[in-house]
Amino acid sequence: MGIDLHMLEWARAQFAMTALFHFFFVPFTLGMSFLVAFFETIYVKTGKEEWKEITQFWQTIFGINFALGLATGIIHEFEFGTNWSTYSWVVGDLFGAPLAVEGIVAFFMEATFAAISFFGWKRVSTGVHLSATWLLAIGSNLSALWILIANGFMQHPSNEFGFFNIDTSRLEMTNFWALITQPVAQVKFLHTISAGYTLSSLFVLGISALYLLKGKHKDFAKKSAAVAAAFGLISSIFVAVIGDEHAYEVANTQPTKIASAEGLYVGEKGAPIVAIGIPKNLPAEEVKSNDEAFVFKIELPKMLSLLGKRDPNAYVPGLKDLIKGNEEYGIWPLKKLAEIGKEAREDLFKYHEAKKVGDEAAAEAAKADFYKVIWEDKDTGVKLTKADLIGYGYFLDKNPDLIYPPVPSVFYAFHIMVGLGFWFILLFLMSWVAIVKGTFEQNKFLQKLAVISVPLPWIATSFGWMTAEIGRQPWTVFGVLPTAESVTPLALTNVQATFFLFLTAFVILGIAELKILFTVVKSGPKGAH
Amino acid sequence: MTWAPITVDATHFYLQVYWWIIIAVLGGLFLLMTFVQGGQTLFHTAKSEDEERAILNSLGRKWELTFTTLVLFGGALYAAFPLFYAISFGGAYWVWMLILFAFVLQAVSYEYMNKPNNLIGKGAYKAFLYFNGFVGMVLIGAAVGTFFTGSNFSYDPVTKVLHWGTAPEGFNLRGLEAAIDFKHGAWFNLAMGILVFAAARILGAMWLINDIDNKEFPELIERLRGIVKRCFVVLLVALGVVLFGWLTMKGYAYDIHDPTGKVYYEDGKYLHNLLAFGAIQLIILLIGLVLYVFGVFVTAFKNSTRGIWFSGLGIVLIGIIVFTLAGLNGTSFYPSYADLQSSLTIQNSSGSKYTLMVMAWVSISVPFVLGYIAWVWYQMKKGGPITKEEIADPESHAY
Ligand code: HDD
Ligand code: HEM
Ligand code: HEM
Repeated sequence: MGIDLHMLEWARAQFAMTALFHFFFVPFTLGMSFLVAFFETIYVKTGKEEWKEITQFWQTIFGINFALGLATGIIHEFEFGTNWSTYSWVVGDLFGAPLAVEGIVAFFMEATFAAISFFGWKRVSTGVHLSATWLLAIGSNLSALWILIANGFMQHPSNEFGFFNIDTSRLEMTNFWALITQPVAQVKFLHTISAGYTLSSLFVLGISALYLLKGKHKDFAKKSAAVAAAFGLISSIFVAVIGDEHAYEVANTQPTKIASAEGLYVGEKGAPIVAIGIPKNLPAEEVKSNDEAFVFKIELPKMLSLLGKRDPNAYVPGLKDLIKGNEEYGIWPLKKLAEIGKEAREDLFKYHEAKKVGDEAAAEAAKADFYKVIWEDKDTGVKLTKADLIGYGYFLDKNPDLIYPPVPSVFYAFHIMVGLGFWFILLFLMSWVAIVKGTFEQNKFLQKLAVISVPLPWIATSFGWMTAEIGRQPWTVFGVLPTAESVTPLALTNVQATFFLFLTAFVILGIAELKILFTVVKSGPKGAH
Repeated sequence: MTWAPITVDATHFYLQVYWWIIIAVLGGLFLLMTFVQGGQTLFHTAKSEDEERAILNSLGRKWELTFTTLVLFGGALYAAFPLFYAISFGGAYWVWMLILFAFVLQAVSYEYMNKPNNLIGKGAYKAFLYFNGFVGMVLIGAAVGTFFTGSNFSYDPVTKVLHWGTAPEGFNLRGLEAAIDFKHGAWFNLAMGILVFAAARILGAMWLINDIDNKEFPELIERLRGIVKRCFVVLLVALGVVLFGWLTMKGYAYDIHDPTGKVYYEDGKYLHNLLAFGAIQLIILLIGLVLYVFGVFVTAFKNSTRGIWFSGLGIVLIGIIVFTLAGLNGTSFYPSYADLQSSLTIQNSSGSKYTLMVMAWVSISVPFVLGYIAWVWYQMKKGGPITKEEIADPESHAY
């Protein structure tokens, strides 16, 4: 296809950069919008002015963040057209639809009610204002739902809701309901929003602790911290529980991702989880044992099988098995998949050639060949057709190491996220207990821990996305559309130029936002406006 | 050379038309909302701090809706006409990247402009808003111009490879040629750009006249009325060029019943479109123009504050017609002058029938969305225009 692979790297880097920038602001919006709604509800119920002050202070911070969330989001949406145009064309039906629904039902809700919530304090009644604040929170979280449905499709495209149409050579939707209710998307949604709640709770807790440490705005800080610790404790537990469910979904839909995340080069029965370790980046087909793949590791035996397959003795395939195949467990070698994929491609071309010259018989024959069932599970009735493997054709005669992501990146990203997840639960638990007992105000040590932990959820969420997205490589739509075939054919310099254009803008605006934020935090609730 | 598969399924065709009309309505609404962009280029009419903050606060409560309309416009095109999304955004790369860049800068400017310690200073954020208002508008106008003048691309529907004429190697214009390639209608694209900019500026001035307390800011209001008059002259010139173009240009036509979807040149195509369907498009266009001009007239000469309502409705109607002219009645809405048969029509670039159907069901929620937006707008407006008191009030989240 003549894609400049160097350009592809730049396009990926550009997408990763804009995505990660966007996701600095997104989880804060998701959680903070609810926290502000909680604070305002308490204000309306109690009628106490100090709660109004608390609400407005956190709302100011929310607004500063919201602006950059919008700024970075718009690039994300259009980048699918500018840099991933082949992708957009091939999957526009399945991917564009949830994106458009998001625009119609969620973004307008967000934008409209944001206007009342920010500017309406004097212009509308208390009740209208409170409902606007709540609707803003609900709108933000609804937009997360739709975008994650879109992302869920990329992680796990399924015949239940789409198929490859030979006439248009695109993936087309067959069942919208199945698309939006697929479990991969649902766990993703729950995991991501609760990560957002965790992040913003920790922010509020940390800033409150900072005030307590400095002996400023004490009453304000205690009240904010109480709400944040409770919300944070619930959310962080939820993140971990859903995260476990998430890992289960990944293990069953993206074997290369889970194997990379755990550094599992060779498949095992009763596979362990590596709690701590330093993995090596090896060519998987040459690895003889998993011990050789680590500089050092501490394992929890059988846990991966338990988490991934809900059975401590189940078999989990390793990267080597996924390349070379494993007859015992019915895993086909990559080469076989790629050859079938190549045949499917040829059928596709034959079909269109025949159509062009008007040879209907040949066209029908090619079509029948294209959709031929090549495997069928007798028990479940699940079928695999040649068409399903068309994406694998790209990998024929390519280095087999291309078919899975770089193991250390995914491994570290995943493990750091999970490790931090447990730390957050512990921190919120300690804070919550201290607040209930009334010792939080005196406990300088705990306050310091809360302050230095403020940036950590951002690390966890970014690493979460890296696990999900780098772990999906080399596919944009897992098993269907290779990343290299998704990109817009552009000249390298164009992509480099836009990369730096947006990098510069984001760095400058990001620093500006932090400076403004620090200034607001420093001047405290009274001078917040 | 390409061969474009075309649908002959009637339901699919009606859905395509329905979605093109939705796109047209969104386009019209977007043009109305560009009063924000237009208003952003009027900060220099403020001669005092208070006047400037009145403008800032008036626009600052609305910019998100414009922004979101643009996002939705993109999302709807993505779902309904994915091939267009891929070719236009991936092809005219620089045009869209610069438009996006202009909107990125806008999104933070309101919030950060008057905050202490904002790193680059108030002037920089103000410059961002001008950039968004001027460059953003001209580029969007010119991009819509290419719906009539065509672009330089071809593609292969089977392998999905896009070739953009200006871009084999090296740094290149990638879409920006639409503004300098006079052989392929750059004059028309530029006129469109200026038209959209001038229209937005007039709307912006009218909005401010309506939304800012006239008694407290009499001089500012007078200056804004002057802007309306002067920009209207520019608008008339640009409009003349655009109308001349429509009436005389060759258009890109195809026969909606032809299963091969062959595209050919047709003299006076857009004039034919105006007169098709009992000249309904011409009538709506004229109503739109009359409303727009009436709004300008009462604002400029009758000291009215209500011009925005007339001109606003007018521009929505005009916007709808711009898009229906481009895409309906057997017209290619994104033509290619490099390879005629690569031209995009609503029939060869749309999503599948099923997707369009599902999205059509979703679109039923649009009137409700518009309803609550209108309600919110009314709630916020009924407290009266923006006053000095409100700007100074720390509780109103004023910028
Ligand atoms: C989990 C949530 C989530 C995720 C994964 C994404 N976004 Fe986002 N996005 C939001 C959650 C969100 C939000 C919380 O709803 C934002 C952030 C700030 C805001 O105002 O809304 C938002 C804003 C936002 C905007 C501005 C919306 C407006 O005008 O109101 C756009 C265009 C996008 N996003 C597009 C995207 C795209 C194309 C993404 C995927 C690649 C994406 N976002 C990932
Ligand atoms: C905002 C949250 C997101 C973050 C932080 C994120 C992160 C990333 C990262 C780090 C990459 C680069 C992977 C690599 O090239 O190795 C990437 C690529 C990509 N992601 Fe995401 N992503 C996010 C949301 C999404 C969503 C919601 C979608 C689709 C709906 C998506 C689609 C893609 C695509 C198309 C690519 C480019 C192809 C590729 O290199 O994989 N991303 N993303
Ligand atoms: C505590 C145990 C946790 C587990 C077991 C867990 C599990 C997972 C898994 C398996 C994925 C990859 C999903 C995919 O590939 O599609 C993921 C992604 C992600 N994680 Fe976690 N996670 C945990 C904690 C956290 C924490 C504490 C945060 C942030 C506060 C977080 C934020 C994210 C995000 C933003 C993503 C990307 C979006 C997604 O795919 O859902 N996770 N997590």
